[in-house]
Amino acid sequence: MLEIRNLHASVEEKEILKGISLKVNAGEVHAIMGPNGSGKSTLANVLAGRPEYRVTVGEAKFEGKDLLAMLPEVRAREGVFLAFQYPVELPGVNNTTFLRTALNEARKYKNQPEISAGAFLSMLKKKMQVVEMPDTLLSRAVNEGFSGGEKKRNEILQMAVLEPKLAILDETDSGLDIDALRIVANGVNKLRAKDNAIIVVTHYQRLLNYIVPDFVHVLYNGRIVKSGDKELALELEDKGYDWVKDETVTAQ
Amino acid sequence: MPSSSIRASIFNAESQKIMAENTEIRNWYLNLYKDFENRLNGEKSRPVHKLRKAAIEKFAEIDFPNLHQEDWRFTDVSPILGHTFAYASKNAAGTISAGQLSPFLFEGMKSHRIVFVNGFYSRELSKKLPLPKGAEIGSLAEAMKEDDEPISELIARRLDPGTDAFTALNTAFTLDGAYINLRDGTALEDPVHFIFISTGDEKSIAQPRNLIVAGKNSQVRFIEHYIALQQGIYFTNSVTEIEAGANASVDGLKIQSENSESYHVSTTSAFVGNDANYESHAVSNGAKIYRQNINVTLGGEGGNTSLEGLYLTAGEQLSDTHSMIDHAAPNCTSGEHYKGILDDKSRAVFNGKILVRQGAQKTNSYQENRNILLSNEAKVDTKPQLEIFADDVKCSHGATVGQLSRESMFYLRSRGIGEEHAKLILIYAFASDVLRSIKQDKVREELEHVLSTRFLKGI
Repeated sequence: MLEIRNLHASVEEKEILKGISLKVNAGEVHAIMGPNGSGKSTLANVLAGRPEYRVTVGEAKFEGKDLLAMLPEVRAREGVFLAFQYPVELPGVNNTTFLRTALNEARKYKNQPEISAGAFLSMLKKKMQVVEMPDTLLSRAVNEGFSGGEKKRNEILQMAVLEPKLAILDETDSGLDIDALRIVANGVNKLRAKDNAIIVVTHYQRLLNYIVPDFVHVLYNGRIVKSGDKELALELEDKGYDWVKDETVTAQ
Repeated sequence: MPSSSIRASIFNAESQKIMAENTEIRNWYLNLYKDFENRLNGEKSRPVHKLRKAAIEKFAEIDFPNLHQEDWRFTDVSPILGHTFAYASKNAAGTISAGQLSPFLFEGMKSHRIVFVNGFYSRELSKKLPLPKGAEIGSLAEAMKEDDEPISELIARRLDPGTDAFTALNTAFTLDGAYINLRDGTALEDPVHFIFISTGDEKSIAQPRNLIVAGKNSQVRFIEHYIALQQGIYFTNSVTEIEAGANASVDGLKIQSENSESYHVSTTSAFVGNDANYESHAVSNGAKIYRQNINVTLGGEGGNTSLEGLYLTAGEQLSDTHSMIDHAAPNCTSGEHYKGILDDKSRAVFNGKILVRQGAQKTNSYQENRNILLSNEAKVDTKPQLEIFADDVKCSHGATVGQLSRESMFYLRSRGIGEEHAKLILIYAFASDVLRSIKQDKVREELEHVLSTRFLKGI
């Protein structure tokens, strides 16, 4: 589904990603872990097409197509979804209208008819159960005045509505208490399927107790320095990131 | 010669040139007045004519505003003074079909409709609904035909004709305009929709003199709607006087949608009595140069006013709002909330003055001006101006000038919404709270539509 080769990316002339290669197949969940500043969020944002990030070298293919050549909105319509680390508040933009607009953009792109307001609403009610979201948040402006947990749930609700092929969760666990974390993780697990893939970017292992990954990659200084299965996450939890850093230094 | 004195002499030469040009245009209007007066015939003996004469004398004494005056330093009116405007024919109304008028009627809105064409009342195009007892609405000229003495006392009652040359000029040519007069306790349920149509005739001037008088405990909503049927350089110089008696409620919406070649200068002067409420809403997207002065005096205890505005500019348009809220009595509240969206090389000016007089204790006032620049070449000059002479007051103000948030843009795009559409959503969201304050649903929907079509280019 996704194939990244030797990806280098910079922000404001500073190189953050220094040669990432990663292959993600349908049905897989990959966790990307690493200490602060290792480039985890940069990778997530580069894949979603954030304009501030410049790819200097390398390629990323999504279902065989050149992902990096696509505008952010085209990536979304093709089925790439980024759950933001800091979801943006959009005062004056109604949450329901926003979700329906987003869905209809994707449907138009795929030459499908637009969904009616009524049909959308009944679909939305079902999706809301996935993240145990109260109705009241739907009539509000997007994320405006939402608590941290509500914002993250709203991200997963968007994911449930848009049904992406590839979902990238950028530190979705950060700042969540245990209940919110459970709700968000359960939501993600319900959306796991054979024909979609999920990349979970996280600093901590605790989210991976709920969303169990098939693969774990450790990112350090812009490179993947270690890959393994879910045991690697536990090992990291046990030994800390210094263990990886030390190993990297030794290897060099 | 040191460079500063070179500059000084150039400056002097320039200002002398401006003065010389202004003398010519002033003479033009003085002659226009003579023509106007000659055609008044018997009306010259009426009381209102004294006011006209005093105003034209004032006009002859004062110069047009220029960039050296604090209140006009960002708005150069010399393009307006570069034209010799004259009155259009009174008979243009007959050439307007119902079809030409219908796009401006806010389909489905139940309202009284009073239409002026090039400044002249058109009975044919107007349509009044049944009125409650104690309510008079329509054309000022028609109302004055019957009994002009009490009405003429209400004109320029609190607005000094010599405030500036434009006000003096309008007052000198006082003839027709919007008129509402509500006796005490009269509630007008349906809004009054005043439509000022310009046929876009080259070099024509219209100077509506609008008078809204709401007696004690009365209620009224009205719309001042300025539109053009085609392109062409013309000039609207309007004055609106509003008097809200004790415990009255007045809601006025001004929509300035003149064509993009025209000029529009207006002064709204409102007096708010004890426990009265005056709400002003203003939406503008037209005119090449637009200057609106809004002066509200909170003259009775417990009065309230709110000024909500939205200006949209593009091309080389200039939109200038100068407001002045005068807290002259204790326990009054005022709120002002103006937003601007600027594109291309357009410019906007916002100057919000709040004066709290000595003795106007327990005043509560806030002011906010927010602007979004959609282009690097657009420019805003915004200035709050607070003068407070009482010690127990709450006043706040804020002004911002920014661009559409890059974060928000990326968030929308990352959900599959294209760049142009995302921009529109954010612009719409930015303007939405001002539009939401407009109570007439049909008007609000139409303005939302105007907003979306204006910024939907390229989709």
